[in-house]
Amino acid sequence: MTDTPLLRVRDLCVSFRTPDGVVRAVDSVSFDVHAGETVGIVGESGSGKSVTANALMRLNSGAQMSTTGSILLDGVDLGSLSEEEVRLRRGRDIAMVFQDPLSALNPFYSVGDQVAEAYRVHHPKARRPEVRDVVVESLGRVGIPEPVKRMYSFPHEFSGGMRQRIVIAMALVNSPRLLIADEPTTALDVTVQAQILELIQRIQQESGTAVLLITHDLGVIAETTERVIVMYGGRVVEEASVESVFEQPTHPYTLGLLGSVRSLDSAGRGSLRAIPGSPPSLIHLPAGCAFRPRCRFELGEGSLCGSSVPTLSVVGRGKSACHLDVAERERLITAVDG
Amino acid sequence: MTDAIIEAIDLIKHFPTGKSPLLHRPTALVRAVDGVSFTLGRGRTLGIVGESGCGKSTLGRLLGRLIEPTSGRVLLDGEDVMAATRRDLRRLRPRIQYVFQDPYSCLNPRHSVAESIATPMRIHRLYDRSTEQEKVRELMERVGLNPEHINRFPHEFSGGQRQRIGVARALALSPEVIVADEPVSALDVSVQAQILNLLEDLQASLGLSYVFIAHDLGVVRHIADDVAVMYLGKVVETGTAADVYERASHPYTRALLSAIPVANPRTGKGRQRTVLTGDVPSPINPPSGCRFRTRCPRAEDRCAVEEPALVDRGQGHPVACHFPEDGSLLGGDPVVARPIR
Amino acid sequence: MLYFILRRTVFAVVLLLAVSLCTYVLFSALPSDPAALTCGKNCTTEVIERNRVRLGYDKPILEQYGLFMEGIVKGRTYGPGEAAVHCPAPALGYSFKRHQCVTALISRSLPVTISVSVGAFVLWMLLGVGLGVLAALKRGRWQDRVATGFSVIGISLPTFFVALLAVLIFTVWWPVLDFPSYTGILTNPWKWAKALVLPWSTLAVVSASTYVRMTRNGVIEVMSEEFVRLGLAKGVRRSVLIVKYVLRAALVPIVTIAGLDFAALLGGAVITESVFNLPGVGKLAIEAVVDSDLPVLVATTLVAAAFIVLANAVVDVCYGFLDPRVREG
Repeated sequence: MTDTPLLRVRDLCVSFRTPDGVVRAVDSVSFDVHAGETVGIVGESGSGKSVTANALMRLNSGAQMSTTGSILLDGVDLGSLSEEEVRLRRGRDIAMVFQDPLSALNPFYSVGDQVAEAYRVHHPKARRPEVRDVVVESLGRVGIPEPVKRMYSFPHEFSGGMRQRIVIAMALVNSPRLLIADEPTTALDVTVQAQILELIQRIQQESGTAVLLITHDLGVIAETTERVIVMYGGRVVEEASVESVFEQPTHPYTLGLLGSVRSLDSAGRGSLRAIPGSPPSLIHLPAGCAFRPRCRFELGEGSLCGSSVPTLSVVGRGKSACHLDVAERERLITAVDG
Repeated sequence: MTDAIIEAIDLIKHFPTGKSPLLHRPTALVRAVDGVSFTLGRGRTLGIVGESGCGKSTLGRLLGRLIEPTSGRVLLDGEDVMAATRRDLRRLRPRIQYVFQDPYSCLNPRHSVAESIATPMRIHRLYDRSTEQEKVRELMERVGLNPEHINRFPHEFSGGQRQRIGVARALALSPEVIVADEPVSALDVSVQAQILNLLEDLQASLGLSYVFIAHDLGVVRHIADDVAVMYLGKVVETGTAADVYERASHPYTRALLSAIPVANPRTGKGRQRTVLTGDVPSPINPPSGCRFRTRCPRAEDRCAVEEPALVDRGQGHPVACHFPEDGSLLGGDPVVARPIR
Repeated sequence: MLYFILRRTVFAVVLLLAVSLCTYVLFSALPSDPAALTCGKNCTTEVIERNRVRLGYDKPILEQYGLFMEGIVKGRTYGPGEAAVHCPAPALGYSFKRHQCVTALISRSLPVTISVSVGAFVLWMLLGVGLGVLAALKRGRWQDRVATGFSVIGISLPTFFVALLAVLIFTVWWPVLDFPSYTGILTNPWKWAKALVLPWSTLAVVSASTYVRMTRNGVIEVMSEEFVRLGLAKGVRRSVLIVKYVLRAALVPIVTIAGLDFAALLGGAVITESVFNLPGVGKLAIEAVVDSDLPVLVATTLVAAAFIVLANAVVDVCYGFLDPRVREG
């Protein structure tokens, strides 16, 4: 790993004012993404993972929203840039892939036009034949058959998997340094999901683009990422290499999540390991640790768990945010299986 | 398996689509369900899996005759649901109840939990008002909801709790069969397990039989005794869960199983997998012969001409394939994650 | 696409025939005797019967309709011998009240109505869509409140009230304009425009309100669509995004309603034409009702219906051009 990361996020907070109260969708989130690396952000609904992704490109909008903290891309704080300077970085340095490829493509223009637009925005002087070649090449690269013919088709004429390929082609047309993929396979069938994940991995290897993969699916995380950030209630609760997270989780939430997924994957019947309760509402976050009401390791009445928000601290090869002491967190996994 | 609660015989549902210019006559048929037969044993769970558009939801809806079939029969305890008169249906329908995917859109937002759960009872005039309240409370307790919340509205509940309301409503008529159509796919992973546990507990205590429809093979493996894999309106492989998951013989089943990402970075990365190319063809013009042949790695000329029957070709369970693979499992044992330790 | 247009045209023609038949049969079913209406109170039965034969009212209804359709294609001569009146094709009937061919009456009033409609339409679309977009982009701020307020006022005020108010303000209290008296555009374009400013504005204020709302809601809805967010993520300029992504998508449904509204206006802006004393189709229709002038009534109804059917077809074809998803339809 190099010294200056490609992306450095520090103390990112995003809050929205709603009629029901202030929603702290993202709270004090910090992480790095290095060049060429694949980082996964995993979390359930309301964990703040998508808001984080949008904040990285300053895409969250609305008068009732406020963002604080710093997002450094190659050492430049995006927060300090003008809207126009940020615009020039969108799609060129950082590109995005969304969950539902049908709604992400503009239904009124041919897919060729849309890929061309992504290129032209950052190459205003490009001539027609050049743009055409770029479009054909990038559609071909993501596996659209007969790109010369298909570039004139409209989004609704493609299947879900093909549409997602087109969105990926659009994202890669300017060879960005970072690709943010927000639930890129959630709307797709499992056989198509496998194709898309393979495509993302292949492209990452070919072009050295760093990938920030956001998903709720631990299987997808395990198969594609190197480093994992686990989010819960708008905060990062654990961060470690993918092996550490899956083999030696140090946060009770990660452990619980793995438990439910693992017992689902394993054969045979018998009670599944569920985490009791449901993910918290961001308007009424519990005091102290957001996971406390569902946590089986909670330290009890009057303890720190109910009064102070835990911060990330180093445990083993990773970090986690929990009031249990470090030694206990290292033994977390044995506490369950034993 | 001798005691069948539901027997589906050659169910077919074709939806008309497209309109001719003047006469508004359909120009094409969507072959959503195209000749499906199965048996659901009493007290057992039949999992129906397949990708979107394979016809699994349509099949589910046919069972309780929520939609009319093009042809075919469904025997509930030997009585043909499809031939039933209006009066007979009124008697039969309470015995087959449904749980759907999105509990929020299935509940009337202006009805309290009490009303939602009591509506089916009222329609069938089961109880008077006071016993009704009591019954609703009992059901709420049964599905793990606090009976004190009886007068709350759907938006005051979390997704998992709403699905519990959906289950309680399905139980209101004391059914024998519950058709659960993607009951957990809208829920967070940590909550999915709660609902699955609930369904299993209910089955054990009430002796229910389930038809469990899902796209998630992991979930189905956990809950189902028997599994039917569907592709383009047809069952391509069926058998006990162990048959289908551990001795998968149809190339589609095997591809499907190998496509599931495994929540284990060591076995997951770089494991051998059959990645299918292309997408599911349109059910309006399914391929001739074997419908899977356009994406099948083993397809030969014969597959385009002759449709394979769903029969046991020596695998121990029925497979609709001319060239089934032997029962040994795919490289890397993709479904069973290694125990962590 | 060509097939789509062809199909739509065939459908429109069939519909037009059906509508004309319905209109014709419906008016014949009226309890009043059309022959008796051809002359005044002191008519002798003899005259009535003669007129009945002249106009073909003695024949069975379907035959009458056949003659009527034939008249549209070939022209028609009413009555025999010297008393015969000939109306050239397309003959829509003969008005005994005015002793004129209905076609001539309509072709005289149609340009007025078209002038009123086109101007008003252009004005109200500019006003409605413009204010709607403004309101959506400045959601929650004063511009939004002004636009929404305008739309509420426009919707709540009846047309005749706005029209009378306009006349009162601009010709009486603050007489910048004369009371409108219609002049053909070819005769004197300046006078033509000056006479129509008030009717245009009246119709624009009343009709634009709906469009302000529709545009505002449409734009707000499209702004939250994923593809707009992806456009932004691609680095597309916000101004380009609004025109190319948002307006394009938001205006598609508006085109449909606008087309039909415009067609309805062409069928005669009854109230506006009456208040401003413009000799258009609407006024013709009103007078026909008052005079029980059945042939004129049938014809004006048919013309209005024809515009609607036509507009429907045009809108559908436009829709195909605007939204690629409809083309295969």
